[in-house]
Amino acid sequence: MDAFSQLIDGFGTALTPAHLGLAALGVLLGTFIGVLPGIGPAMAVALLLPVTYGLEPTGAFIMFAGIYYGGMFGGSTTSILLNTPGESAAVVTAIEGNPMARKGRGSQALAAAAIGHFVGGLIGTIALVLLAPTVAKLAIDIGAPDYFAIMVLAFIAVTSVLGSSRVRGFASLLIGLAIGLIGLDEMTGQQRLTFGSLELADGIDVVIVAVGLFAVGESLWVAAHLRRRPSEPIPVGRPWLGRDDLRRSWKPWLRGPVIGFPFGAMPAGGAEIPTFLSYVTEKRLSKNRKEFGHGAIEGVAGPEATASASAAGTLVSMLTLGLPTTAVAAVMLAAFQQYGIQPGPLLFERESELVWGLIASLFVGLTLLLLLNLPLAPVWAKLLKIPRPYLYAGILFFASVGAYAVSGQVVDLIVLYVIGLIGLAMRRYGLPVLPAVIGVILGPAAEQQMRRALQLSDGEIGGLFNTPMSIVIYAIVALILLWPLVRKLLPSRPAAPDDEPAEREPEKVG
Amino acid sequence: MNVAWFKERSELGVCVVLLALGVLVLTDALSIPTDFAQRGPVGPQAVPVLVGGLLIVVSVLLARDVLRGGRGEAEGGEDIDLTEPGDWRTVLLLSAAFLSNAALIDLVGFPLSGAIMFWGAAYALGSRNLVRDPLIAAGVSIVTFVIFDVLLGVPLPGGPLMEVF
Repeated sequence: MDAFSQLIDGFGTALTPAHLGLAALGVLLGTFIGVLPGIGPAMAVALLLPVTYGLEPTGAFIMFAGIYYGGMFGGSTTSILLNTPGESAAVVTAIEGNPMARKGRGSQALAAAAIGHFVGGLIGTIALVLLAPTVAKLAIDIGAPDYFAIMVLAFIAVTSVLGSSRVRGFASLLIGLAIGLIGLDEMTGQQRLTFGSLELADGIDVVIVAVGLFAVGESLWVAAHLRRRPSEPIPVGRPWLGRDDLRRSWKPWLRGPVIGFPFGAMPAGGAEIPTFLSYVTEKRLSKNRKEFGHGAIEGVAGPEATASASAAGTLVSMLTLGLPTTAVAAVMLAAFQQYGIQPGPLLFERESELVWGLIASLFVGLTLLLLLNLPLAPVWAKLLKIPRPYLYAGILFFASVGAYAVSGQVVDLIVLYVIGLIGLAMRRYGLPVLPAVIGVILGPAAEQQMRRALQLSDGEIGGLFNTPMSIVIYAIVALILLWPLVRKLLPSRPAAPDDEPAEREPEKVG
Repeated sequence: MNVAWFKERSELGVCVVLLALGVLVLTDALSIPTDFAQRGPVGPQAVPVLVGGLLIVVSVLLARDVLRGGRGEAEGGEDIDLTEPGDWRTVLLLSAAFLSNAALIDLVGFPLSGAIMFWGAAYALGSRNLVRDPLIAAGVSIVTFVIFDVLLGVPLPGGPLMEVF
């Protein structure tokens, strides 16, 4: 019950008036930015990061927790009312949510999504409370070779499991790793890829890379192909659920977290696969199977609860291992590093007040989200009509503010622009952005662990896989890499036409 | 092999960039002096050599994929119309607006340079309202400056304009 008493202390931290105010501000700002078309949760979090620079760490992370959940909820509003998911996790929501909105059931779709978010987040965060301290305790015994193996797994998973083209995923990862090399080598102080420049010797700040790839890259790409007549959002009233809707939704809400949380906690996680699994499950189990594809409420409730719980699961590996598996978690890790705090097994001992304050404020943020966003939904929906020139001018504007605020140097704005150009090229040629961001953030840490492992083994290459855990992980890595070959050898079974996800695939944004 | 052939396979340009990046990382790594300051069996060269080498390998694999007809899928989106050819003039104008902020921020201060960037970016993206655009730009810029610099304690340069107050 140790975790429980610490959680109570955490609530003591989170429920002071100042911190409560910061959480509410975070939820509102997060929803505001997240609901804007074209902005997914990762970009929302990256753009809002500088807002927290002036705060002390605990307050900053409490606000951040609000931004996080607000951004995710805002994203699902956009995908339901505009059929444009802000991120991959919300793709599935749009399949059923948008037809519901077009049939005039937008209010119910929004309510199913919001409550699904709440339930999924609640169950996921409770699981986080129960699981994280144990994982952290186990992780203390994890050595350098194991860490390196986990990071290799994260690299391989993010390039191979997600996305459609492996070679393009690897190209993106390597670009990220190369950017991560810039600066002084942490172990010897040697300059790498700095070309004698003092500004580059400090390395490129992760925030600038994230904002450049997500925000500036996206704005430039949109500028190249701006749709002259933006699609009209569907007007919506105050969200509510009838008795029949509730009867159909409560089981999907509870099933979603069971699928979502474990996937989120895995190094290869993310929300893409579990939300899809949830969708397929709900379709199988539903009595209204015919309605799927034309606006079935189960198809909104299940995947939204799944996405929310998987986000909580992501926090397990992020907080206890320092391992981000989604773009949002990657930006969050950058926020920790901004304060000189290194997430990992020792975080729960060294920064116990901060961590439990953060976890408690996840609960607070979820509750505020439900209380604020259900009544405010029609207001948020109006934001979808914002003229596109102002929207993207604003994104560039806040991207610049964020990059400049990191250290107050003009050179950061130039670097931001160059990284934005890379982001533009990546979008043009179908290189996924996430592997690059993961590469920048995890690359330096992976190098450290590898060199430490080899130091311990005196240069023997066997020092990288001399523990049972690392061997198991490399076996998984090998399986992922060889999967296309393995699948060819397996006997193929005919796919039932019933398993088709949907006739109408929504468009997908970053 | 004419212009159209290359235009159809412009993704080969990505391969060239990856190749150049790989060579750059490799040569930079090999130029790091390692005789002193090395701790442990693996020096600061190893990882850059690996990354540089893999960049070259991936650029070759990608080139093979493109020549066999593989194409990277341009990213879609709600505000994106992929049926039209790329409008690179807008991209250039937008870039100019963005870089004007970098050029001006230390000279005239953030409130002014930020407003110029916002207006310029909105203009580049097709907004032509000569009254509303600059007013919104100035409003956004000044409000942001006040919130960050005064309320949140994130310093931004005020410039000569703010010293009057």
